[in-house]
Amino acid sequence: MSELTLSPNIAGADDFYAELLAVHEGLTKDESDALNARLILILANHVGDRDVLRAALAAAQRSGGQGDE
Amino acid sequence: MNKIFEVPLYPYTKSPDQDAATPVRHPVMVVGAGPVGLGVAIDLAQQGVPVVVVDDNDKVSFGSRAICFAKRTIEIADRLGLGQPLVEKGVVWNLGKVFFDDRKVYDFNLLPEDGHRRPAFINLQQYYFEDYLVARVREIQSEGAPIELRGGNKVQSVTDQGDHVRLEIDTPDGPYTVEADYLIACDGANSPIRRMMGLDFVGRVFEDNFLIADVIMEADFPTERWFWFDPPFNPGQSALLHKQPDGVWRIDLQLGWDIDKEEEKKPEKVIPRLKQMLGDEVEFSLEWVSIYTFQCRRMEKFRHGRIVFAGDSAHQVSPFGARGANSGLQDADNLGWKLKMVLDGTAPETLLDTYDAERIHGADENIMNSSRSTDFITPKSQQSRIFRNAVLDLSEHFEFARPFVNSGRLSVPCVYDGSPLNSADALPGGPLRTRPGAPCPDAPLGNGFLLERLGGQFALLTVDADAPETVEIDGMTLHRIALSASEDGTGALAERYLGDAASAVYLIRPDQHVAARWTAFDADAVATALSRALGKEAAA
Ligand SMILES: Cc1cc2nc3c(=O)[nH]c(=O)nc-3n(C[C@H](O)[C@H](O)[C@H](O)COP(=O)(O)OP(=O)(O)OC[C@H]3O[C@@H](n4cnc5c(N)ncnc54)[C@H](O)[C@@H]3O)c2cc1C
Repeated sequence: MSELTLSPNIAGADDFYAELLAVHEGLTKDESDALNARLILILANHVGDRDVLRAALAAAQRSGGQGDE
Repeated sequence: MNKIFEVPLYPYTKSPDQDAATPVRHPVMVVGAGPVGLGVAIDLAQQGVPVVVVDDNDKVSFGSRAICFAKRTIEIADRLGLGQPLVEKGVVWNLGKVFFDDRKVYDFNLLPEDGHRRPAFINLQQYYFEDYLVARVREIQSEGAPIELRGGNKVQSVTDQGDHVRLEIDTPDGPYTVEADYLIACDGANSPIRRMMGLDFVGRVFEDNFLIADVIMEADFPTERWFWFDPPFNPGQSALLHKQPDGVWRIDLQLGWDIDKEEEKKPEKVIPRLKQMLGDEVEFSLEWVSIYTFQCRRMEKFRHGRIVFAGDSAHQVSPFGARGANSGLQDADNLGWKLKMVLDGTAPETLLDTYDAERIHGADENIMNSSRSTDFITPKSQQSRIFRNAVLDLSEHFEFARPFVNSGRLSVPCVYDGSPLNSADALPGGPLRTRPGAPCPDAPLGNGFLLERLGGQFALLTVDADAPETVEIDGMTLHRIALSASEDGTGALAERYLGDAASAVYLIRPDQHVAARWTAFDADAVATALSRALGKEAAA
């Protein structure tokens, strides 16, 4: 069973980030929301491991906004 | 209109009880001759327990109502002696299509597992199921089974007198009083008995209405289940089309909350809707229309002293996943043998509390599953709608998304994990699906099947293991069912009952759930496990 990777893991972070923004270009808010949801599901399925997914949900949950980290 | 609704099946006749000077006492009375009441009554009568069923009606239920009967229900019906007519009349289906908006996103084949006598499920109108139950009552009656069915008997009040229950019953000849050692309340979702006793029934009300229609179609539609999310003919809502016997099709249309129910039920309103759905050229006639509002809720406890609730009176679920009637039959299955043993004095009265524990576990599982389906079908927040639509869009292109699509999960029997009647698993390498608490899966045995060999008694099942042919424990006789993995060339028996083990001994309950299992026979271990399965020992 693997652990959730929370250290840098994408070679060419800037490039990926630009690609992520690019797929949203020209979309309405609704279309972007839909795309994000599809992306989350595709990535979650790729991960597959329920423990890792649970850790990812928790990491996303606790790192939101209020600077409580 | 189908004649079956019109025929009084058990018309009122006066019972000698009504003229008795002092109230007659029966060991068991069942209120409600729906699928659950009739099911538990047949089970008891077949075991020799005298039982009286009363219902204020005298006919089958009106309209198709429950239409999907799962394998486990058919297996229970086999034990009750009516599995065969169900399967002969029912429609078996494996193919389905899922539509989203104006397009088909995918189709599927359920590919049921081989090596079972019965199909994964059948579609059959509830009135046929009830008709066969009544026929079976008549059949066992003619063989001398102590079962009585009283139509036109409306229960007006019940009082628990500590060591028995007193009932006031109204009839066309006026009221009478009768008593029962135990009362089983199978009086449906609106249970008058539950209300008379002032008992809770809490849970979640889903603010939604469904139009349910049975239509008879001339066209040769395929035997498939079609489910629509957000179709053009019912925007923002869902729809289901499913085949029943006799060329009758079941159509469910979600209507939303703010509607005029009486208005929506009118044929001039229903027919144009259905034409939009089926296409103008399809000829059909309406057999039955109803509007269904549902809730997911249960009683806090199913057993209240000498009154035990079973079926819809105890719990209600959404229609998705066909869990209403199916779970009610599992209640009946669970209660029958326990009540028999308590009445016989073979088991302590506290065995009935395990009905509560096990079936509440089952009800919670059903409520969870049907709530999840409902949340997928009718998303309650903007975000859940976004994910729901994302799943459907992805499912058109990628197989991975299809398991997320939830238009109702097929009812599967509950595993009584953690039940006080289970003994610890002592079969290392044994399959998970036959762990203590699990219902026995069927398996082929040469020219027959395993479940028909199990019957309805406690049994000792051995697979490639030695054991005495009979074991006497505390005045009870356990019969051995000796099997060998080599009897089944398909390997299913070994896969389902041995796993990685070379041999196995199973203690099986009368409702065909596993109580305990070991690698080899050990008389003391079997005696302890049996005593535990009878509720005689507190959980270790
Ligand atoms: C419109 C509709 C559609 C449904 N669709 C589905 C479906 O698609 N799939 C599914 O699984 N389930 C469906 N259900 C639910 C399913 O029909 C029930 O789960 C099932 O009938 C429960 O059986 P039961 O024996 O517990 O109760 P019921 O079948 O409701 O039987 C209760 C009996 O008690 C009797 N009774 C009530 N009060 C008294 C009294 N005071 N004295 C004497 N007798 C009394 C009644 O006459 C009745 O015969 C539907 C129900 C309805 C109403």
